Amino acid sequence: MTTAQATEKSVKKFSLLKVFRESRVAQGLLLISPANIYLFLFMILPLILVTVLSFLSRGTYGDVVFQFNITNYTRLFDPLYGKIFIYSLEVGLATTVLSILIGYPLAYYIARAPARQRSLLLFLILVPFWTNFIIRIYAWIMILRAGGLLDAFLEWAHITQHSLNLLYSPTAVLIGMVYEFLPFMVLPLYTSLEKIENSILEAAADLGAPPWRVFLRVTLPLSVPGMIAGTILVFIPAMGMFVIPDLMGGAKTILIGNVIRNQFLTARDWPFGAASSMILMLLTMVFTLYYTRKAGFGEELLV
Amino acid sequence: MSEKKPPVWLRVYTFIAYLYIYIPILILIIFSFNTMKLNVRWQGFTLSWYNVLFHDSQVLLATRNTLIIAFVSTIVATIIGTLAALAMQRYHFPGYNASETVMYIPIVIPEVVMGIALLVFFVMIKFTLGLVTIALSHIAFNIPFVALVVRARLHGYDKSIDEAAMDLGANEMTTFWRVTLPTIMPGVLSGALLAFTLSLDDYVITYFTAGPGSTTLPLRVFSMVRFMVTPEVNALSTIWVLIVFIVLLIGQIAQSRRA
Repeated sequence: MTTAQATEKSVKKFSLLKVFRESRVAQGLLLISPANIYLFLFMILPLILVTVLSFLSRGTYGDVVFQFNITNYTRLFDPLYGKIFIYSLEVGLATTVLSILIGYPLAYYIARAPARQRSLLLFLILVPFWTNFIIRIYAWIMILRAGGLLDAFLEWAHITQHSLNLLYSPTAVLIGMVYEFLPFMVLPLYTSLEKIENSILEAAADLGAPPWRVFLRVTLPLSVPGMIAGTILVFIPAMGMFVIPDLMGGAKTILIGNVIRNQFLTARDWPFGAASSMILMLLTMVFTLYYTRKAGFGEELLV
Repeated sequence: MSEKKPPVWLRVYTFIAYLYIYIPILILIIFSFNTMKLNVRWQGFTLSWYNVLFHDSQVLLATRNTLIIAFVSTIVATIIGTLAALAMQRYHFPGYNASETVMYIPIVIPEVVMGIALLVFFVMIKFTLGLVTIALSHIAFNIPFVALVVRARLHGYDKSIDEAAMDLGANEMTTFWRVTLPTIMPGVLSGALLAFTLSLDDYVITYFTAGPGSTTLPLRVFSMVRFMVTPEVNALSTIWVLIVFIVLLIGQIAQSRRA
């Protein structure tokens, strides 16, 4: 049989179904396309619209005027907004650092616990994380408000008669943020720490390293991927958070998240709100890229 | 890691850390039974706040809305997300990297940005805000999370069991339904559980995509705690925590039985 005949024969048998059965590419595309189409419509397209919107102007009645300009971005250089951006960065970083400081020993303990205790300890970290986050904030409002449970406790213990007046302060926002995001730090840290082989630690000890040096030179560097994943999971939502400042910060604490929300719902300056969110998105993306480049990550995010 | 006994200070620290995590929740629960409305100190035991809660029509409506959205978005996102996970773990196709990058968007973009983007989108295409827009948005942020969880499960999947099924004469469809799917089912279920809780818990995206009459439980709780402290919220929280605890416990037991 010549090649020409063979081709003729296979062309006769050609059917869409057959091509599909034999083509891994076609099967893969079919499986991925619902997700791709859906996410294009309800995630990518909206983000493109916001990008376009950030270059338009606001009309007299809070409507959007199709006139290209960059004043929304230049307005962000106003010292007032500059301060808010810097303050948001500070809050985001403080939340992240505190979560690492509080979460690291905890993750370390869980990773070193006997296997049976380990799953129980992890389970106990997860339970509050699965309950509604506004409920968790409400618990802290009850504790921190003037004349609240903390004040009542301090009075009862004869420590102080005066109210600490913690609620509606930057400190309260930080307390709320750390409580909220701690599990997001502990879980990836645990994943990293749990993977460290016992033999490596023993080898370091056998070679004469004291425990603190084993920790600094072996354990800590090996847990960096978990710390990076945790930092991404904590820093990004902390930067955009507006609910905790709303409920616990009072009028004094305004973050970028609050600015964006206000532009869309009260001030009705959508183009300016869009520009603010573009900057926020840019900040978090630069941050993520920088950190993921520095060390491999991905698996730690999958917990 | 080592199973050597941790130092005393670390054990004390861990104990305090768990207290820090649980004291606020215990306080919520205890004060749901308090007769005092202002909730500053313990006055006496009552169940009346639960009675108030069960007769609060706005809370009941919000609960209904929340459950509808959570069920619908979980089912749709689990199907689409599982298919995407299969595609990404087992096939190569044009645009693979782009599809993979999109899956990380909900992790690397702050929720508030996602929320306003969806608001702008729905307003521009003149789609009335309500239960439908909330559900559509929840599906969007849930697909990537389901896909991530299912992919993690598929990662350690032994393909030789699929090949064995095919060698025994099963076609691809039969292999999928009778071998692959049952094997990855725990991953699919934990993906669905994650999607369900994320939907139940979501405040930010719901806030921007909700319309009149489509208030969900987190939105309702927010407006209840915005200006006052009321034991009714404590009662609601207690029920919420209890349900979550029971569901997670069942999941945990099922998992340890299988292991």
